[in-house]
Amino acid sequence: MITKVVMEALSPTMEEGRIAQWLKHEGDAVKSGDVLAEVETDKAIMELPARGEGVLRKILVGDGVTTAVGNLVAVIAGADEDITGVMGEGQKGQTPAAPAAPAAPAASAAPAAPAAPVPPVVPAVPAVPIVPVAGAEEAGRVKASPLARRMAGEKGIDLHAVTGSGPGGRIIKRDVTATPVAPVAPVGGGGEGWKDVPLSQLRKTIARRLTQSIGPIPHFYLRAEIDMERALEAREALNALGDAKISVNDVVLKALAMALLQHRECNAWWQDDHIRYFNEVHIAMAVAVDEGLITPVIRHAHRKSLREIATESRALADRARARKLTPEEYTGGTFSLSNLGMFGIDEFTAVINPPEAGILAVGAVTPRPVVVDGQVTVRRRMRVTMSCDHRVIDGATGARMLQTFTRMLEHSLALVW
Amino acid sequence: MSKTFDVIILGGGPAGYVCAIRCAQLGLQAAVVEREKLGGVCVNVGCIPSKALLHSAMVANLIRHDAKALGITTGDVTLDYGVAMKRSRQVADQNSKGVEFLMKKNKVTVIAGSGTLQAGRKVKVGDDVLTATKAVVVATGSRVKGLPQAGLEINKTTVISTDEALFLEQAPKRLAIVGAGAVGMEFADVFNAFGSAVTLIEVLPRILPLEDAECSAALARAYKKRGITVLAGARVKGAKVGTDAVTLEVEANGKTESIEVDKVLMAAGRGLNVDGVGLEAAGVKLTDHGFVQVDASLRTTAEGVYAIGDIAGPPMLAHKGSREGVVAAEAIAGHKPHPIRYDNVPSVTYCHPEVASIGLTEDACKEKQLDYQVGKFPLTANGRARATNETDGFVKIIREKKYGEILGAHIVASHASEMIHELVVARENEYTVEEVDLAIHAHPTLSEAVAEAALDSMGRVLHI
Repeated sequence: MITKVVMEALSPTMEEGRIAQWLKHEGDAVKSGDVLAEVETDKAIMELPARGEGVLRKILVGDGVTTAVGNLVAVIAGADEDITGVMGEGQKGQTPAAPAAPAAPAASAAPAAPAAPVPPVVPAVPAVPIVPVAGAEEAGRVKASPLARRMAGEKGIDLHAVTGSGPGGRIIKRDVTATPVAPVAPVGGGGEGWKDVPLSQLRKTIARRLTQSIGPIPHFYLRAEIDMERALEAREALNALGDAKISVNDVVLKALAMALLQHRECNAWWQDDHIRYFNEVHIAMAVAVDEGLITPVIRHAHRKSLREIATESRALADRARARKLTPEEYTGGTFSLSNLGMFGIDEFTAVINPPEAGILAVGAVTPRPVVVDGQVTVRRRMRVTMSCDHRVIDGATGARMLQTFTRMLEHSLALVW
Repeated sequence: MSKTFDVIILGGGPAGYVCAIRCAQLGLQAAVVEREKLGGVCVNVGCIPSKALLHSAMVANLIRHDAKALGITTGDVTLDYGVAMKRSRQVADQNSKGVEFLMKKNKVTVIAGSGTLQAGRKVKVGDDVLTATKAVVVATGSRVKGLPQAGLEINKTTVISTDEALFLEQAPKRLAIVGAGAVGMEFADVFNAFGSAVTLIEVLPRILPLEDAECSAALARAYKKRGITVLAGARVKGAKVGTDAVTLEVEANGKTESIEVDKVLMAAGRGLNVDGVGLEAAGVKLTDHGFVQVDASLRTTAEGVYAIGDIAGPPMLAHKGSREGVVAAEAIAGHKPHPIRYDNVPSVTYCHPEVASIGLTEDACKEKQLDYQVGKFPLTANGRARATNETDGFVKIIREKKYGEILGAHIVASHASEMIHELVVARENEYTVEEVDLAIHAHPTLSEAVAEAALDSMGRVLHI
């Protein structure tokens, strides 16, 4: 039986892929699921799996060659099967990413093997949907205790958006209790952990006018300088416990998540005809890699302990540098964080990562003279700049969020940890 | 004998030996160091022999008080505590042998002696020094203790502990029991059945002070009816300890009375076996209450040292210790065990009728200002209880009003210890009263009273 191997859409945004390296060679026997080749996508190096069984008869696109999603790259077939029929289908530019499965190149494609069934066309894997990784979810069924279900029903919380902490990832009472109830009035659609709010005329006008003025995403910037003494003391104390090494960035990320939780009007995506406000905070964290940067996402950051954030951010950064991130790991952020403090940058502005409505640029923590109680004293301070998409966030809205963020770090550490 | 093991466990009680079995299941080579008999207090001088004696007591009461109505006429009934005691010893010994068998079956090395912890996961037993490559688990348990501040130091003749009570050849004529928690209640039940004049003294305002107040009241009534003198809110001010008798000065309700008894059984709390274990030298810290400080995985403050069972904190119950043994073993093996819900450990007193509970008492719900509804079903309305002439008791379920959460459940019944578990399962899995009712209960059973109490908490009780 002939199985055509096509370049698959291995990430939601992938349009073409470069064969980094074939791991199987012509003449190798392959089983369904075997990794045939490593493919470099726009974001990461992914594995191209076999979708059929037989012998890898022909490789059509060699190592290092780039081809469009949907194009034939190899053929798997029986050892003696005639594959000339399928070979004829060359590289016809942009073939659809997901060809309809039954529309196979009929029987004429394999005339020499009349007994063989119609050769299947391998459909490309559908673009990975952006869903929060929830261990409790199994084939659409949410594992949750009856009490958790009742509480969620009563409070209007969608269990799909809740991460379970019970046995086997089961959602239990404390997970529901920890999930804040969405404050935004349910105007439009919604459900899966967010609320879609249609644009008001005012918002439409603001969006149109500002876009004309400044470009597709009308940025504006809010700056603040934050006293980091208390946050650093807390971090040092936590690190002294020796359980996990917590970086300044971890502390900032946690505070940002907690602040966004209180200001969900900033935890949103611009969706052209509506704004999507998220209940859960997923922080995309900019990580520099050799060829540029990528933003792995700390999901449900507001519900994770600093220790969890420290462990996860380190693991994600390592995977990012090794280009091992899966699409689920670098998509679905609701707000971004970029920190150039480690390069000694005092302050900078970061560019919004659409459709997110904001990004926080964090500079180095630096000792600076400040006036405290009428006395000039030296305190460790940190400058941050929040870039806001003005179509979603207005000046005062963003300022309130930044104010909460500042307070989280300067005063109410207990709230954060 | 090899001197290096993956895991060395100090103490072969229900925490330690279960930990050893779980370690073996997970492919770890375990050794148990035990200075007395395997099975610890529970198997040898605690849970098991006392249950044997309580069974004798129950049968004695049944024959003397109920048999005639059940159509059985007996001649003179003779009670012999010594015989009951010897049977209880056989039961205990069988259980200890059972633990020995389990150790052999699981290839756990059992080392006789007292283990002392040393730095670097080493344990000294006699002249031998054993090394654990992965962890040392301290499960040294607890022991009986007296009340020296009231002049009641245990002398093993007139002032005794359960260690002695379990070996008496005959029941004392007059017995005072200090402490009306589970232990005091059970021994009051036993010795009352074997003919002792029992005075039960509890310093707190009611017997079974940790249970729901309605359970305490039900047992106080049952005990008074049976001729046990119950003195709650009573303090032992002093004691004259003689060679054949003890005179207690007991202050209750503002007046002091003098009580003369042949023996005093001390059942007010237990002492922790933390001395001589080498905890301090190994860097293991204790809490303000004297327990070993542990985290959710039962790790102490010393690297590679775990603590489980009574020394690791309350409740000091065998089943809590066993579960800690499992969790510690899994943590040592690198698994991520589900943390223990210490608010969901059932508590049982095996007196007659039995008292069993889980979760919050009604007083605790009031204190926490929870919005709750009590559902209660008396056993007088339960067919099975009437059939077996065991209508003393009730099932009480406290339901959180908004979501139906089972905040607590309290059972007084002849078989409360067996009935409580459906509510333990329910609470552990966050079933609400509705799920309890949805499960069909066989008829006729005492457990139907559980379903009826669940219904009653929703205002839908069927049979009253």
